[in-house]
Amino acid sequence: MAMMDLYGWIQLALFVGLLFLVTKPVGLYLVRVLEPDGKTWLDRPVRPVERLLYRVLGVDPKGEQDWKQYTQSLISFSLAGLLFTYAVLRLQHILPLNPQKLGPVRPDLAFNTAASFTTNTNWQNYAGETTLSYFSQMVGLVFHNFVSAAAGIAAAAALVRGIARHSAKTIGNFWVDLVRVNLYLLLPFSLVFSLFLTSQGIVQNFKPYVRTTPVESTTAAAPDKAGNSQIIAQGPASSQVAIKMLGTNGGGFFNANAAHPYENPTPLSNFIQMLSIFLIPSGLTYYLGRKVRNQKHGWAVWSAMAILFLAAALVCWRAESAGNPRLQALGVDPGGGNMEGKEVRFGVSGSSLFATVTTAASCGAVNSMHDSFTPLGGLVPLVNIQLGEVVFGGVGSGLYGMLIFVILAVFLTGLMVGRTPEYLGKKIESYDVKVSVLAVLILIFSILGFSAWATVSRWGLAGLNNSGPHGLSEILYAFSSGTGNNGSAFAGLNGNTPSYNITLALAMLFGRFIMMVPVLALAGNLARKKLIPPSEASFPASGPTFIIILIGTVLIVGALTFLPALTLGPVVEHLLMTGSGVLY
Amino acid sequence: MRNWITELRTSFLAVLALAVILCGLYPLTAWVLAHGLFPGKADGSLVTRDGTVLGSSLIGQEFSSPQYFHPRPSAAGRGYDAERSGGTNLGPLSKNLVDEVERRVAAYRAENGLPPNALVPADAVTSSGSGLDPHISPENAHLQAGRVARARGVPEAKILELVEAYTAGRTLGILGQPRVNVLRLNLALDGVRDVGR
Repeated sequence: MAMMDLYGWIQLALFVGLLFLVTKPVGLYLVRVLEPDGKTWLDRPVRPVERLLYRVLGVDPKGEQDWKQYTQSLISFSLAGLLFTYAVLRLQHILPLNPQKLGPVRPDLAFNTAASFTTNTNWQNYAGETTLSYFSQMVGLVFHNFVSAAAGIAAAAALVRGIARHSAKTIGNFWVDLVRVNLYLLLPFSLVFSLFLTSQGIVQNFKPYVRTTPVESTTAAAPDKAGNSQIIAQGPASSQVAIKMLGTNGGGFFNANAAHPYENPTPLSNFIQMLSIFLIPSGLTYYLGRKVRNQKHGWAVWSAMAILFLAAALVCWRAESAGNPRLQALGVDPGGGNMEGKEVRFGVSGSSLFATVTTAASCGAVNSMHDSFTPLGGLVPLVNIQLGEVVFGGVGSGLYGMLIFVILAVFLTGLMVGRTPEYLGKKIESYDVKVSVLAVLILIFSILGFSAWATVSRWGLAGLNNSGPHGLSEILYAFSSGTGNNGSAFAGLNGNTPSYNITLALAMLFGRFIMMVPVLALAGNLARKKLIPPSEASFPASGPTFIIILIGTVLIVGALTFLPALTLGPVVEHLLMTGSGVLY
Repeated sequence: MRNWITELRTSFLAVLALAVILCGLYPLTAWVLAHGLFPGKADGSLVTRDGTVLGSSLIGQEFSSPQYFHPRPSAAGRGYDAERSGGTNLGPLSKNLVDEVERRVAAYRAENGLPPNALVPADAVTSSGSGLDPHISPENAHLQAGRVARARGVPEAKILELVEAYTAGRTLGILGQPRVNVLRLNLALDGVRDVGR
């Protein structure tokens, strides 16, 4: 273990290189999946199931929807799913597959959890091992791991159709997108992935927790240990972990999430899990380029994301490698970096890269405890979430979030050169800018509003595990993660109280749906527009200038909004760590 | 209004139909295939001796007597509680954390007969994220080898040889960190070789 060692650099290069290589094939596959009659190599076994589902639902796969109908279907389906999961959690004591005989989940916690999984957040105010039955995990939660991911991809596809079409009324059919994404993309990919994960050691069984006789208790060496046993939680984890990563959900089967050796057993499982988070979001940028017939635009969006990602990964890695000077002063070897809350098999480089990936995307799985990161190491995941998780981002939500910034970037350049802004041959008008700004504002209001409320309330402060500036970071992280639908946490915060359960659930619902409605409205409005022929003065949606302006827009909107709060949290904490002897 | 009613009806049908496929067929297929292909792993990589389940080669367990290698500090329950995984979640300026590490550094030096200014490996005095970390760093194992040798009355070189044999390198030479599985190494000390491979 050393500071920013060669192995870490090779790992990072390998990661970005492989991500680049899979982007085109995944993107091309997405093009087929997101066409109602697209052909895939799975047609023979899956097409009959697809047809059966349309018949059961009474859906005409040829009929398209305008943006209002599309939104209505999405919201209605999400509501039904939320109620379904709420019921499963409340009734788990009378449902099957509950070998540990766990009781029903409390109403406020069940509401929080149902909202959390419906919104693709997977914020967890419970510990899986001690709270949820196998049925609740496998049915109540895995259901949303699939369908919330599919809904996100559907919304992104709808927006891309809106951009690609002209003089059109419709943006696709939600039910067709939902069914096809699940059957042709998420399900087969997850099945293969799940088997790989089991090959690495992730459990997949329905057995009661295993009672063991630890080695030391069997020897005379430790008489006080005689009769001790270790009870090891089990469960159908592998199938859940596969879709948890591919669908950028992030909800851990076990409390420690991907730090748990049964959830992420080896350095290889760690690497592939990181790659699986970015797989679909990255492919969607290629899908964008293909559908708008401007592949350079797709790659420009990809490049902006990759640059922001590399910057974040390096800052986080550097901070965690440098470690905690307060512990080093006590005689802890500085060569090890900050190992509090980290696993030996991943080390600092495998943990800081995972933390960056999981928050750049809206995944939120963690293989190390972000709460115990150094101030600047912990700042990176927080900022990633606050920028809107547009750096590859969640499945679908990353792309539509970034496209909102593209619209704003185009608008800003239009203002700068004094021309009507246009994007890929369409005029960007007042309505488009208004809905885009609305989508950005909801994040800001929800994150800062709820955080401010919590910091001045007894219920807010009661949940803290750390005091001083780190306490503020815990609250800020919670509402950023909830609103951004990330789901990772500064997990010392005890959010399992009625007040936190309800405020966080609201933040998650606002962050998901009040964001999605403007996105779909934008899709509908763009689809309606006429194409205008490109001219000499048209601003190209690719190339270095475009990439720089896009990155600038993301950073300026994010930085300006959250800088004051970040200064009071992680930045002050960093200055105190390096320049004072204060402890909290 | 009528629109919403039909829409909700379709929605509930979709929830049920998709749940059968995604939450029934999918995990069961994964379960059948996992057991066919990797039965030991699907069931938790358990380690047994004479029919007794001693633990899992993936899950750390407590060792505190001097003739065994000691795992990392654990925040899972009262320590290595495999029903309550988790870390301390203490921030870098937490007084609890700093005090606890100070105590552990002193204890580690005393227990392993190290000079008072010796650097202590970071993993030896910090808690893992899961509280169930099955590994320690090779540096940590080397520093403990002398104590284990004295407690067992065998030459230190012999213990170090065993540590070498049970040190796993980086995957593909790149990924992860070199590490020693504490349970497997301790079983090897007791003459039980190559379990949980």
